[in-house]
Amino acid sequence: MFHTLHDAAHAVTIHIDGVPIAVEAGETVAAVLLRQPEVWSRTTPVSGARRAPYCMMGVCFDCLAEIDGVSSVQTCLTAVCDGMVVRRQLGRRSLVR
Amino acid sequence: MTVDLLVIGAGPAGMAASIAARRHGLDVVCVDDQPAPGGQIWRAVETVAATARGRILGAAYQEGVAMAAAFRASGAAYLPGTQVWQIEPGFHACVTRAGQATSIAARTVLLATGAQERPAPLPGWTLPGWTLPGVLTVGAAQILLKTSGQVPARPVWIVGCGPLPLLYATQLLQAGGAIAGWLDTAPTGRFAAAFWHGRGAIAAPAALWKGLGWMTTLRRTGVRIIRGVTEVEATGQGRVEHLAWSTSAGSSGGAPADVVLVHEGVVPSIHAPLSLGCEMRWDAAQDCHVPVLNPWGETSRAGVFIAGDGAGIGGAEVAGLRGELAALGVAVQLDRLRADAAHAAARPLRRRLRRALSVRPLLDALYRPRQAVFAPADETIVCRCEELTAGQLRTIAGTAPIGPNQLKAFSRAGMGACQGRQCGATLIRLLAAAQGRTPAEVGLLSVRPPLKPVTLGELATLAQGLPVQ
Repeated sequence: MFHTLHDAAHAVTIHIDGVPIAVEAGETVAAVLLRQPEVWSRTTPVSGARRAPYCMMGVCFDCLAEIDGVSSVQTCLTAVCDGMVVRRQLGRRSLVR
Repeated sequence: MTVDLLVIGAGPAGMAASIAARRHGLDVVCVDDQPAPGGQIWRAVETVAATARGRILGAAYQEGVAMAAAFRASGAAYLPGTQVWQIEPGFHACVTRAGQATSIAARTVLLATGAQERPAPLPGWTLPGWTLPGVLTVGAAQILLKTSGQVPARPVWIVGCGPLPLLYATQLLQAGGAIAGWLDTAPTGRFAAAFWHGRGAIAAPAALWKGLGWMTTLRRTGVRIIRGVTEVEATGQGRVEHLAWSTSAGSSGGAPADVVLVHEGVVPSIHAPLSLGCEMRWDAAQDCHVPVLNPWGETSRAGVFIAGDGAGIGGAEVAGLRGELAALGVAVQLDRLRADAAHAAARPLRRRLRRALSVRPLLDALYRPRQAVFAPADETIVCRCEELTAGQLRTIAGTAPIGPNQLKAFSRAGMGACQGRQCGATLIRLLAAAQGRTPAEVGLLSVRPPLKPVTLGELATLAQGLPVQ
């Protein structure tokens, strides 16, 4: 859906739903999601509809995903770091997994 | 330790206030949810300004370099990547940084949290619409360009009005991106009405020439422009695939769409001041609530100041000036500056402020959003989080003279993760229309803590010493 204009220096690897992805240091997880074949970050707790990053500045909460085991993290406010594990979030959250 | 001034946000207002407050000897802590200073207008300015991308972003973006450097050198303690989730009277701000919660004690607080794009619900066909993956705000796309050098991979549709779509379209074309078309939603016939406001803009012609320049660039590039668009639909299975529109002239059309960018102006971010109980007023010209402020930017709550677009939309220059004025007001309140000295220092700032604000009435009149933004069709999702439609909310709003908080309790609108940031403005308009009241009479959603999601783990790490309420 989106792509970068420059030849990115892929210094960092993150995993999205188990798939390793080479990314640039300093960019946000939401920006990386928008370059994937599937851009969605979560499904809603109400109808199960897919949602993807919308505002990129922390006010829509549609880019929520599970990062390193913590659910409902705003991926547009989260910078990538090497070895980060991102999981698309499905439906309602629970305290106990 | 209690600091003199806690600044929340490091955009133009937060940085200017921090610099000015340090000049008067105040100790300042500035917390920011972004990784680097600049706010949204100057996102990533320290690393991007000197690159090819920085040149595309233009002169207004480059102005952030000097401000960020002065901010870094000011001696204000800067805490990037920090989320404020509660501000207690007194003041104690509860913040989370890298998974650790702490509290910061401060004598005064400046909220420099800026603006957000006005929620602009688009219907789809048997739901989704503006919640579909691939529908983003124009501001979101510009942030992606600034921070990641990232643009839509295929020709993009832009829907909306205001200076930002024009600016982004120009930047996108210069960066090598492609535009499928622009659905200009500014109601036609605005120019005559705006002309009379425009006489005030003679004092600030630079902004007008800039806008004309962007328009000329678009025309020259042959971008498809459809004017007077009143209704827009975004449809698709699991992501946006198709866009349809109709205009005030009675024509309609449709096209395949890969990415749709929407923008219907910006409104102040008022969540933090609402959580502190700061008084608000309805600004009819800007179609939004703004905080009630004294000439130094102090709210109805003593010691709580607001500067920047959160004080009312004015843009970066206005934000910086209001930030400096707020710093003077704080310095007087903390007995670091005599009132007469503050008035003398404020005089040239207020002069520049009046000049910079003189273009606003024209912009507000020209780019007032179309009616469907405030009165979406029944089948349009209004509350993104709880997936409630305008029709469902209208039905409840029409049954009794309830306010936004009762509407929330009856429907769950505004109870989801965004806490009403995306539906609050529309709820007020739906209530006002259904009950024959003004938005000012309808009032606002109450904001409850936390301002951002907090884990139980973060709460457990919160340093002790918070006063028991």
